[in-house]
Amino acid sequence: MADVNITVDGKKVTAPAGTLLIEACKSVGIEVPSFCYYPNLSLQGACRMCLVKIEKMPKLQTACTTVIGEGMIVTTDSDEVHQARKGMVELLLGNHPLDCPVCDAGGECELQDMTFSYGAAESKYMEPKNHKEEQQWSPVVYFDRPRCILCYRCVRVCGEGMDVWALGVQNRGVGSIIAPNKEDHLECEECGMCIDICPVGALTSGAYRYKTRPWEMTHVGTTCTHCADGCKTTLGVRRSESGMEIVRGDNRDKSGINGDFLCIKGRYAFDFANREDRLTQPLIRKDGQLAPSTWEEAFELIGKRFREAREQHGGQAIGVVGSNRTTNEENYLLQKFARVVLQTNNIDHHRTADFPALAAALKGKPGSTASMRDVFHAPAILLIGNDPTEQHPLLAWQIRNNVRLHRAKLYVVNSADIKLRRQAAAFLQIPAGTEGRFAAFLAGDDSAAEGLGPVAGANAGESPAATQNQQTTLGGFREQVRGEQNLVIIFGAEIRGGDIASLVKFGSGVAGAKLLCLADYANSRGAADMGLYPDLLPGYHPITDSGKFHEEWGGVPQAPGLTLPEMVESARSGKLKALYVVGANPVGRFAIDPFVFSQSFVVVQDMFLTETTALADVVLPAANAYEKSGTFTNTCGDLQLVKKAGEVSGSKSDFEMIVRIADAMGADVHKLVPFGRGTTADMGQSRGAQSGEADRHAVWLEAHGLEPKMSPFDPTAILDEIQRLVPGYEVSRLNLVAGSDQHTALVGIATGAAQDPKLIAPATDNLFSSGTLGRYSRTLNSVMENHSRQPVESEVAAD
Amino acid sequence: MADLVSHPDEVKVVSRRFGMGATNLDRYLEMDGYKAVQKALGMGAEAIVNEVKNSGLRGRGGAGFSTGLKWSFVPKQAPKPKYVLCNGDESEPGTCKDRLIFEHDPHAVIEGVIIAGLAVGSHTGYIYVRGEYRYLLDIMQKAIADAYARGFLGKNIFGSGCDFDIYWHGGAGAYEVGEESALMESLEGKRGIPRIRPPFPAVVGLWGGPTVINNAETLASVPHIILGGAEWYANLGPPKNGGTRLFCLSGHLKRPGVYELPMGYNLRKMIFEVAGGIPSGRALKAVVPGGSSTPVLKSDEIDIGMDFDSVAKAGSMLGSGGVVVLDETTCIVKFALRTMKFYQHESCGWCIPCREGTDWLKKTLIRFHSGGGVKKDIDNMYYLSENMLGRTFCPLGDAAAMPTMAFIKKFRQEFEDHLDGKPCPFEKAGAAVMV
Repeated sequence: MADVNITVDGKKVTAPAGTLLIEACKSVGIEVPSFCYYPNLSLQGACRMCLVKIEKMPKLQTACTTVIGEGMIVTTDSDEVHQARKGMVELLLGNHPLDCPVCDAGGECELQDMTFSYGAAESKYMEPKNHKEEQQWSPVVYFDRPRCILCYRCVRVCGEGMDVWALGVQNRGVGSIIAPNKEDHLECEECGMCIDICPVGALTSGAYRYKTRPWEMTHVGTTCTHCADGCKTTLGVRRSESGMEIVRGDNRDKSGINGDFLCIKGRYAFDFANREDRLTQPLIRKDGQLAPSTWEEAFELIGKRFREAREQHGGQAIGVVGSNRTTNEENYLLQKFARVVLQTNNIDHHRTADFPALAAALKGKPGSTASMRDVFHAPAILLIGNDPTEQHPLLAWQIRNNVRLHRAKLYVVNSADIKLRRQAAAFLQIPAGTEGRFAAFLAGDDSAAEGLGPVAGANAGESPAATQNQQTTLGGFREQVRGEQNLVIIFGAEIRGGDIASLVKFGSGVAGAKLLCLADYANSRGAADMGLYPDLLPGYHPITDSGKFHEEWGGVPQAPGLTLPEMVESARSGKLKALYVVGANPVGRFAIDPFVFSQSFVVVQDMFLTETTALADVVLPAANAYEKSGTFTNTCGDLQLVKKAGEVSGSKSDFEMIVRIADAMGADVHKLVPFGRGTTADMGQSRGAQSGEADRHAVWLEAHGLEPKMSPFDPTAILDEIQRLVPGYEVSRLNLVAGSDQHTALVGIATGAAQDPKLIAPATDNLFSSGTLGRYSRTLNSVMENHSRQPVESEVAAD
Repeated sequence: MADLVSHPDEVKVVSRRFGMGATNLDRYLEMDGYKAVQKALGMGAEAIVNEVKNSGLRGRGGAGFSTGLKWSFVPKQAPKPKYVLCNGDESEPGTCKDRLIFEHDPHAVIEGVIIAGLAVGSHTGYIYVRGEYRYLLDIMQKAIADAYARGFLGKNIFGSGCDFDIYWHGGAGAYEVGEESALMESLEGKRGIPRIRPPFPAVVGLWGGPTVINNAETLASVPHIILGGAEWYANLGPPKNGGTRLFCLSGHLKRPGVYELPMGYNLRKMIFEVAGGIPSGRALKAVVPGGSSTPVLKSDEIDIGMDFDSVAKAGSMLGSGGVVVLDETTCIVKFALRTMKFYQHESCGWCIPCREGTDWLKKTLIRFHSGGGVKKDIDNMYYLSENMLGRTFCPLGDAAAMPTMAFIKKFRQEFEDHLDGKPCPFEKAGAAVMV
């Protein structure tokens, strides 16, 4: 668009035509205050804080609703403007309770800031303030009605952003009040966006309210540990008797791929970390019972038994199960440890998507995967399978808001009437289980069309596009999608193996098409990328052609190892002498008969006692992703930093435990973790990058030409190796460490021999549940309970 | 049903069929009914717009914008359907003219809507009637049904090949919905809250289509202009203020009522001759010239012509034509409070200054009137009104601020007489304050 020139406070400003005055001002560093204006939400003009003087206009104008015009001359800080803003703050404070000393928002309240800026210190009113009782709308959302300044941000983010529409305005005039649309409670996705977006302390979180003061927390920006979307979340952390306590999760750092967004899990379900039943000391089975022990005893025992198994029965007698929620560095280290120290390729993890098949299909097509940011900007999206609203809340947000803000065209193919259908330009309902066949049809196999079922039109009246496409036929649908450009093809675990190749084939006929494969856990993609496979090395490199890894690591077993089910069979026949489970619960997840492992020495690293620890010989208490540093790769392949919020006493990171076990086995730890030369002193790095002290120390070391990675427990030493050896991970370290997401290219490579689509088991979690961490979250459980309860007839929420 | 009043100075245009049974379609046809539409059908859009422009007809809702000019803003070609809205959400205190039109001459409104539709190329009209006028809705409904039955509405009206539909809609009881964009929200089934402008209704209005919205009196005037001609109509009033106006005279008057007088008619004459002056020989204290939102005029400020420009020159507004007359027994503080109670009750609550400002003004005035006022309250109320004036989302905030400022400026002494626990000088001793 053409540029428009305006003058603001004497400064020349140039901005594209159509820019709002408030944004044009912001672009040159002139802040125009506002409560109701919020980028990417509909305009309100309600708070009147952004009034500015525009020449030739008799009245002050709202900068948030004014589109800049050529030659416009604007004054944002005259006495008149200042008085108008002061007047607004005075009016707001008139009825706003001055309970700032106990208000959750105190210290991070926009009304406080405005009062500070514009001064409205004198109270002009003698009458009592209007009072309204506080309400609880859900287990996690409270509404303190008198504090509300009616900026309508919550109503809009819930409706426009989330497409949930759980909030509205009741009554009128001074009695106006934000209220749930369903009687006295929220029927919603409990995302808590309304709380985060509230400029004051009107909406507060049931998980956080009255717990602390904002300035008493340390704020750690890290990556969420729940689903595979990889939202950036800011943890509010304070010291506690056990080391640290996370008291809040929010998205105050809007620089992440999630922008404004966080779902219920990211916002509240950090509380699994604070549970009393977390393991705090190593347990060793003695006389059939798991009994508390010491780290030294545990490591010594594991080292001894693993060494014996390897020496007496060979590496093939040892199995390793990795995790979808440990860091890339830990996953990489684990498989390196398995292959180099345990000398086995028997390593697997809970697979929830067929990344190897995608990597194979993308051979020779660099740059063909979509990032999470692409999903927000792509002009067209094809979504096959999955229900992102439940399983990938951020992805759903990106899609929804791309359609809303950029008018992207969304094509949905699903066996169910999923919520994203509302945004769809065309919706195709196909029978469950035929998603793969649909992929083949897309790729041009017309015979696959049979049995794809009747074609239903998208919801009439939802959007003009939707009604236009009511009569979409299967062939018409394909033609329409094929006609798009820069299409992002998103597919769930319904599509695997050769069907993925069909999608890639279809994509290669669409200009600029990119693919996105949906897995289920925070680092599912990282587990796959880092080679937690019996037949694939990091970067999907076939084990049979271990080349550079063989060289670098000084030997890799050449034969493909056992898959998880094969390990179970091997144990059943008594051949599997040892099993090392890191951050996983295969017994619970796959309902494995626990007696299968009665002949095996089983070591489990976990936070809690699980179905798998029940049969373990040694259980090591593990730190979770909020208690360690490293990187995660989300389902799109976006690499992000995991920052340590603090330590909980009694647990260790999986990284440290792997290194200690290797050491106890007598392995050369320095070869396993290429840390700094000649010293083993932990100079503080293991405390994590968020620790200012460690950061400063690292900077000092760098400045003196010294090697900062002095500790064998420092994951950055492994990150170096990952970046060096894993194709696609050669991203900017600077940007990564600075907290930016870095899209890793999925570099296509020939597939391994034993890839079996049947090994993929989607987690099928929903918005409120997850079998791994979520079940330990009190908040998630309380919300689930609340949602399953029958709604009670009761008085409406507002007066 | 209110009794009709009359006076020899009246020039009956809009009210010429009042009391003559024009709700009956046959009677209406006998009195030149639907002749204007038929004439307009042969005129062409541009000619209609020009005729109305030249007539000097200005919006009777209160803002006084040239009707013809407003119509000319509607784009000729539009991707969405165009609409004509009749704003019959008459709610301004002191105003009761539209109700007489709906009651006595509903077909004139229908005719006006059709002609406006012909002028802007619309085929759909809505007549929005104030919710409290439930009984008038029945009349309006019947009139529309009758017009359909004769083929005056629907497909191929008057055999012209032109289609026109009219729907009626009842309000839900909100003053705010008299504001044009809030009325559209209400019509669309949403909360009655004004819209951000631009875009203006002429471009993006009801259901997103170009929309002309006019007051009921404005639309009821249109058929007479089409039949009588622009020149005749313009000459009824002073320059730039064409035609006549239904003035709603209320308050301390011997013969209150709705009188149709030429624009520019002298206010003093209106009060003392047309409405018979003040009963019991009491003296005049003040006049609110154009509905409760217009600044009050003192008794020595009423030698003015009642047209948009003259009243504006006198520092007030002609507004909706609701002339409220206050005699010397009226307590201005109580009157200000009564006014503010209305605005506080009717504020839609959307924007801060109106929502909070009207409430604080009301609260302060209640205490003030009951003797709890302190000196700084007077300045505070003025300051508060100043902070509202021109800064609210829609004119409702101005409507509350303007009269308050005028009351304080022009009758400061009366406010001061209430200070320091003194009882209201106008209340009988011991009388409860009822407002």
